[in-house]
Amino acid sequence: MIDARGLSKRFQDKKRGEIRAVDNVSFQCQPGKIYGLLGANGAGKTTTLRMLATILEPTDGTAIVNGFDVVDHPEKVRANVGFLSTATALYPRLTAQEMVEYFGRLNGLDEATLKKRIDDVFSRLDMNSFRDRRCDKLSTGMKQKTSIARTLVHDPPVMIFDEPTTGLDVMTARTIIGFIADCRDRGKTVIFSTHIMSEVERLCDHIGIIHDGKLLEEGTLSELRAKHNEHNLEEIIVKVVGPLANTEV
Amino acid sequence: MNLYAVGVVYRKELREWLRDRRTLISTVLVPLLAFPILIGGMISLSTMLIGQAKKEIPKVMVVHGEDSPAVVAALRANKEIEVVPYAPNWKDQISEKQIRAAVEIPEGFQASLENATPMAVQIDYYEGEIKSEFGADHAEKSLKDYRDEVIKKRLEAKNLPVSLISPFDTKKQNIAPPEKVGGATFGGFIGYMVILLCMTGAIYPAIDLTAGEKERGTMETILSSPVSRLDLVLGKFCLVLSAALATASLSVLSMGVSFSLIRHFGGSSGGRGEAVQLLFQLGPQAVLSVFLMALPLAVLFSAVLMTIALFAKTYKEAQSYLTPMTFLVVIPAVASLLPGVELTPKLALVPILSTSLVCKEIMTGTYHWSSMALIFGSSCIYAAVAIFLAVKTFQRESVLFRS
Repeated sequence: MIDARGLSKRFQDKKRGEIRAVDNVSFQCQPGKIYGLLGANGAGKTTTLRMLATILEPTDGTAIVNGFDVVDHPEKVRANVGFLSTATALYPRLTAQEMVEYFGRLNGLDEATLKKRIDDVFSRLDMNSFRDRRCDKLSTGMKQKTSIARTLVHDPPVMIFDEPTTGLDVMTARTIIGFIADCRDRGKTVIFSTHIMSEVERLCDHIGIIHDGKLLEEGTLSELRAKHNEHNLEEIIVKVVGPLANTEV
Repeated sequence: MNLYAVGVVYRKELREWLRDRRTLISTVLVPLLAFPILIGGMISLSTMLIGQAKKEIPKVMVVHGEDSPAVVAALRANKEIEVVPYAPNWKDQISEKQIRAAVEIPEGFQASLENATPMAVQIDYYEGEIKSEFGADHAEKSLKDYRDEVIKKRLEAKNLPVSLISPFDTKKQNIAPPEKVGGATFGGFIGYMVILLCMTGAIYPAIDLTAGEKERGTMETILSSPVSRLDLVLGKFCLVLSAALATASLSVLSMGVSFSLIRHFGGSSGGRGEAVQLLFQLGPQAVLSVFLMALPLAVLFSAVLMTIALFAKTYKEAQSYLTPMTFLVVIPAVASLLPGVELTPKLALVPILSTSLVCKEIMTGTYHWSSMALIFGSSCIYAAVAIFLAVKTFQRESVLFRS
């Protein structure tokens, strides 16, 4: 599970001074559930997810990911996490299989286990036809599948997705959505951020609305609908962050 | 530090590096082909130009001299020059390469010669223009022969022996062994080349593995893996170092092969041929010692270049940061080639310059072990500091996620 405890991240900007990208954010994600983090651009979603994946270090607070503290044991946290975003690209001069093997080895898998895991993941994602093709020769869909295989190769119990379908065509996005649902069905703890409300309504068991670095609202979709007396999720977000807020949800 | 993880990162970087066409060009093709072509081309061209210049009979103009027919006759008697009629614009003609040189004979030269009152004859030529220099040399030789003839006649007239004006001869004899002569001639150059190539060989991979990763979006991918930043930096650093050493080794190998081929296929024309021969006599021990001394410098370059390139967001930006670095390396390396710059305990602590100077000494067969130890040790310390800075920079979020 993920247990974020007062996570905060401040950056120094030469022009704007100190920026509180994430401010005292606390929430929990349970195994076998999907937690959706919603917010406008610049709300603090990516920074929060990067702190959970230990790519960034919190300025204050911490998070426990599958029993490991992100501040004290970042490498152990990363070994328990699969992180996928539209920004996580592939190495162009490696083949799909080499790319996945590389991350498997970095995750400490021995060669026998690695081979078994790769065969399993490649079959599951229907990747065998292009396993020896270089990543720079793959289609967008193939690249996304390779990225998924990369996150899955060490079978992490926690999955973090940062806007994983942004900019993807419908079919590729469907593959990702199916994969996220599959992760939940396999009992993994899943957290993801998105702008697409239909994905949230379809996938999320729990929703957190973040704005200006603060977690303003939390609950299940039905709880949020009941609390704000509003069925449309987009309208709920507008109500939570304020109608005058400069948002692009 | 996890050596297994460092090895995994290194092997992956090596695989990608070897598959990169730009790598093949910059590390393998350029050193292997460019040096033979450049060196061979330069030597062939210079041999051809010198040969052509030697074949030409230079046109030399005699300025004045109407009252000194004997000296003019001596010049005309020289078959290696062609004396052309006087024209008032002789200096312009030399500049425009219509004639190669001019001999200015002062008025009353013949008379002053008979009165034993010395007067100077001036030879005008265009310095740096090889054919003009040849013309001037031939004219000077004619004048010297004529002068010797005049002296001889004067001595004979007084019944004095010719040996009177030359009571003894001088002769210069080289006692330095050929490898030392070769070292003095080319030692500094080889050290300079090894240092410069270690630097240039490291530039491209240093950019590709840092700013290139950021630009391609793979930096976040690798940072999400459990590999520690230390292991990641060391794996990448080892690849940059390998590239630097590979470029330098292939280049020196290519230079050696080029020189030996030139020597074999008729590079024995005059001084250049001898120089080539001397270079080839430099022992492999000296070349290996140079590489050993350059090793900590290659480490320093690799770490510094990676650290600087990491600040850039794009490949292009990194290139603009690293290009001036070449000058920082070239200047001390070139300084070591200047005559009179010698290794002192103080200079032994100046990176690049010290290595370049010690390489020069190694090439002449001189091994100052204490200086070498000091230079190697200080270079290792600089290199260790550079690696430490590289690791620290990789841990700075403001650098990794600069926007």
